[in-house]
Amino acid sequence: MIWVNDIIQGILLGGLYALFAAGLSLVFGVMRLVNLAHGDFGVMAAYISLAIVGSLHVNPFYTILMVMVVMAIFGYAVQRGLLNFAMDAGPLQAILATFGIAIIIQNVLLERFTANSKGLDAGAIETAVIKLSNQVVIGWFPLVTAIVSVIVLLGLQFFLGRTRMGRAFRATADNQRAAQLMGIDNRHLYGMAMAFALTIVAIGGVFIGIRTTFNPSAGPMRLIFAYEAVIIGGLGSLWGTLVGGIILGVAQVLGDHAQQGWGILVGHLVFLALLAFRPQGLFAKQVQ
Amino acid sequence: MATPLKVERYTRASRIALPVVAAVIIAAATIPAWGSSSVIKQGVTFLTLVALGQMWNLLAGYGGLVSVGQQAFVGIGAYTLWVFSEKVGINPFFCVPIAGIVAALFAFPTAGLAFRLRGGYFAVGTWVIAEVYRLLVTLISWLGGGSGVSINSARGFSPTTRQAFVFWWALAVAVGSIALVYLILRSRRGVALTAIRDDEVGARSLGVNLTRSKLWVFVIAAFGTGATGAVIYLNLLRVGPEAGFSLQWSALMIFAVVIGGLGTIEGPILGAIIFFGLQQLLADYGTWYLIVLGAIAALVVVFAKKGLWGAIYRRWPADLLPVRRRLCLETVCFPEEAPPAQPPQYPIVQADNLSGEQPPAPSPGPGA
Repeated sequence: MIWVNDIIQGILLGGLYALFAAGLSLVFGVMRLVNLAHGDFGVMAAYISLAIVGSLHVNPFYTILMVMVVMAIFGYAVQRGLLNFAMDAGPLQAILATFGIAIIIQNVLLERFTANSKGLDAGAIETAVIKLSNQVVIGWFPLVTAIVSVIVLLGLQFFLGRTRMGRAFRATADNQRAAQLMGIDNRHLYGMAMAFALTIVAIGGVFIGIRTTFNPSAGPMRLIFAYEAVIIGGLGSLWGTLVGGIILGVAQVLGDHAQQGWGILVGHLVFLALLAFRPQGLFAKQVQ
Repeated sequence: MATPLKVERYTRASRIALPVVAAVIIAAATIPAWGSSSVIKQGVTFLTLVALGQMWNLLAGYGGLVSVGQQAFVGIGAYTLWVFSEKVGINPFFCVPIAGIVAALFAFPTAGLAFRLRGGYFAVGTWVIAEVYRLLVTLISWLGGGSGVSINSARGFSPTTRQAFVFWWALAVAVGSIALVYLILRSRRGVALTAIRDDEVGARSLGVNLTRSKLWVFVIAAFGTGATGAVIYLNLLRVGPEAGFSLQWSALMIFAVVIGGLGTIEGPILGAIIFFGLQQLLADYGTWYLIVLGAIAALVVVFAKKGLWGAIYRRWPADLLPVRRRLCLETVCFPEEAPPAQPPQYPIVQADNLSGEQPPAPSPGPGA
């Protein structure tokens, strides 16, 4: 029964990873850009929430909307101000530009907030649990996180499938030049894609900030988990990403259970094993 | 009538540069005799940065492999130094080449997995593998676990002797890495690499085996990075998994190369000088040097692809370390040593240019 509990915890954790991965996947899908600063954007969102909580003294849940707006504007500005030009310069140049942004964010946060670990305090919900049996205990907060993740993914699917802008995103993902000929302004569209990605990351960043403590160098780990979820699930598949996140989450929880402190390594090893035997991922739509 | 065509590589600039470079190296080698302890220590930091930059440039600038996981090989080099000097009992100064070899051996399985990924996903893939190595070192108590280990055997030497040998090793890896890249690029394989750098599909159509060339580059870069890692930790004498496998190593080499000029030999040297200078200048302001360097690197990579060396080269086209071949007919060589300062003018109206794109720039870049 204790294993059942572990698997449930892993699934809930996987939802959070999928939330992070959705933004990464969206940016790659629309503009073929692997954003190395993705995790750092999430940590940045948590720090923005922390700053708002510090001055307004509200529950971090209430800051999410504000953080989303700030991150969206920031994402649009970074894309139009730098990354669009970087993508013109070449794919290699674009990756390196995002790496530069990652290092800048990490060190600005370090200078502004010191290296000490911080946490967002959401109050009673953090410790509230649903007790199914003596061994199976589900925390309210992980449950809410997982439900929000699924709602965000559903929202993203609706957005991509049913709205005008979502169609433009898909068209650009399929063929950027043809989309341009149809009158799509791809510079604006890329800005919007980054804005959307960072809006999703803002939600993930605040939730993960409530769940665990964070420090300025926590970003790379967030990026890596999101990335592993994307690759395990297969590129271009939104629900594959959710499954990828869940596999990673379950592997980490079970690994930690088997040997304290080995969870993250076991997660990486599961990822590498999949990379070795099924490099296209579990639910790949297209071969990369 | 047979025309005396021949292929040349030396340029006027390189004939002057080579003796100057040799003199600088010899002068640098005497630093331990007269430099203060802090000068020697700084010298080691700078020279190892040059070596790391050269190796990353070989990887990304020529192999097209943007790795952000090269810290794996710095860490492996450092821990190899510890294992062979403390556990096996070899003189720590002999462990530098061993560290390179061990890092090269680890490069094979690393490449086996990472080469399944392309572009940006390759970059993050190498990063994940570096994390795996870091976590393994942290979890294996025989390697000292999370708290790290000290290289005590090097403390057996007098500080002056130790510093002098560390400095010479640093000079050796810096000069060696430049020489290695230079010789590789002048070899047959170097032509293949330059072709890959300029156009992967084109290179493949000419019969270049991309995977084999890239694997070769990856292993050599791991060798150089591992050996340099050992030299760095001969200087620091204490290594932990967090520091040895830190992402900062990648930031260091990437920024130095990008600012100086990706895909050139001279660029990373120039980049290392700028990196080192800014680091010293902003030494009192915490990590601000990394913020400034990150900003410069991000702007340079976008708005001046060929970096600072590329900009200098456009103005004064002099190959100090010539790797490109020039075709010479009697006294005239192509490409010329000094191409015209202004590119030839194109007509304003061109019927075949309907896409509105700029005509391709006629002058080849450095080392093309």
